[in-house]
Amino acid sequence: MAVEQPTRAGDQTRIHNIGYRSYDGPRLGRAYATRSLYSQSLRGSYGLGRSVKSKVLPMLLFVVMCVPAAIMVAVAVATKANDLPVDYTRYAIIMQAVISLYVASQAPQSVSRDLRFKTVPLYFSRPIETADYVRAKYAALASAMFVLTAAPLLVLYVGALLAKLDFTDQTKGFAQGLVSVALLSLLFAGIGLVIASVTPRRGFGIAAVIAVLTISYGAVTTLQAIADAQGTTDAVPWIGLFSPVTLIDGVQSAFLGANSAFPGAAGPSNGEGVVYVLAVLGLIAACYGLLLRRYRKVGL
Amino acid sequence: MIATESLSKRFPRVTALDRLSVDVGPGVTGLVGANGAGKSTLIKILLGLSPATEGRAEVLGLDVATKGGDIRERVGYMPEHDCLPPDVSATEFVVHMARMSGLPPAAARERTADTLRHVGLYEERYRPIGGYSTGMKQRVKLAQALVHDPQLVLLDEPTNGLDPVGRDDMLALIRRIYADFGISVLVTSHLLGELERTCDHVVVIDGGKLLRSSSTTDFTQNTTTLAIEVTDTDAHPDGTDAVRDALHARGVDVLDADSGLPGAGHILLLTAQGEETYDVVRDVVADLGLGLVRMEQRRHHISEVFKDSDAERKEAVGHGG
Repeated sequence: MAVEQPTRAGDQTRIHNIGYRSYDGPRLGRAYATRSLYSQSLRGSYGLGRSVKSKVLPMLLFVVMCVPAAIMVAVAVATKANDLPVDYTRYAIIMQAVISLYVASQAPQSVSRDLRFKTVPLYFSRPIETADYVRAKYAALASAMFVLTAAPLLVLYVGALLAKLDFTDQTKGFAQGLVSVALLSLLFAGIGLVIASVTPRRGFGIAAVIAVLTISYGAVTTLQAIADAQGTTDAVPWIGLFSPVTLIDGVQSAFLGANSAFPGAAGPSNGEGVVYVLAVLGLIAACYGLLLRRYRKVGL
Repeated sequence: MIATESLSKRFPRVTALDRLSVDVGPGVTGLVGANGAGKSTLIKILLGLSPATEGRAEVLGLDVATKGGDIRERVGYMPEHDCLPPDVSATEFVVHMARMSGLPPAAARERTADTLRHVGLYEERYRPIGGYSTGMKQRVKLAQALVHDPQLVLLDEPTNGLDPVGRDDMLALIRRIYADFGISVLVTSHLLGELERTCDHVVVIDGGKLLRSSSTTDFTQNTTTLAIEVTDTDAHPDGTDAVRDALHARGVDVLDADSGLPGAGHILLLTAQGEETYDVVRDVVADLGLGLVRMEQRRHHISEVFKDSDAERKEAVGHGG
């Protein structure tokens, strides 16, 4: 029987014009939409789901961040050193130029594009509110920066364990390093987004973020060096309050067991450290507040 | 679908909407008004994005002031301006927008493929949007408004920037959104002729006030207008003029045709009083020995609504002065 019924190709390859099908599956609402925006933005920060061209810079910066850590580990393992050449907390301070470059390139990518191509009104015609948009974008960039800054620490940590360095010491240092880069990620992402959200032009955004980060750091370290040279060492920690990098440096040297990179290693005392922590948290909150205010006006 | 009750929106200097009360049922509804008439303001309020100064509005039975999120989950919106990032493909963009409307990832992909096919985007949907023509971009914008299968879509000037063929395609697509997909449509335009062909119902607003709200058949079928075109001969170098005079002599007045309507100058418009008007025209043309190129029934244009109201306004001003 089966042999007598040859299958005709036409039966199986016919194209059916199925008309419009309505959707009656689940609609997952506002929280899900916010999470979708978060994951899309986070992937976008590394160029995933975007053109090949836009993958180059973030991936390159990621590699540049991790290579020195790998070399240090290799050296430590080869020379059977007792300690890693660089503290976990110090790594981000040394690599700050790369981190600044990353936030300068990716903050405008995240928000200026939506402004420039007027995609923002489309988002707000969806269930999400302006605050959800701000939270998703902020969280996404902060997470992307955490990945960037924590990955080399992980390399160092794994390397240190392979080199059979003291486990308790290394774990403690690694944990302190993670807290430090988490704060740094939140702070840098906030500053970058606030600046980028003002302009729909990506180029302006990149230039402005780089300018704010490097000029403030340059001015602060110069003033600190002058103060140190003139013997007014007391002023050094207070001057450090005025740039993002030195803020993080201050917080971690006061509370996270880091050696300060300030001139004369004159990091803030515990009392001054509290001011540093408050300044960092205040800045992060201020950035969030400014972003909310910025987007309240955008609307349709 | 949509109901507003003395809805007003006042900005410090302008009144965008002035005690607007409209009731829009299922179907394709046109929202007509000149630029600045308050169309976009109304859409913002309906999406729950901008609070009304006073009055109430309901969309799908949900209050816009308190249920904005629920409304936006069930309503699609196609903005007037460009809103597409050029460096992603239509598929990626529409999938993302579907997820932003709350569709799970698998459903978002499936609905995107379906929707793009329905709006007429095929292989090109995998290419970056930056390389699309205006017509294709409008289709992507429409697709993102339909991808979550809303109960109602708000289309803000969907035919803007399209050539005549693109316009016709878009209007046919809008018609299908209701006829085939079962999704009600509110479409804005400042071009009345378009809506006349596409909509079941037209709401005309001007200066934030409701001018008129009725079905398109009411608008255009109150009276029958006849359009007549004749040839010229040696005896009557201007045939059109000769017919006008002859008709006048028989007591049939010709409407002024040079009112910006197509073919003005060569086409005579007159109001058909009944069957006998047709006979009169035939006899007149035959007596003059002219050739009758056309004699057709012409529907009234919605633009006459504006002309009427302008005339009324002028009259009112005249009386006041």
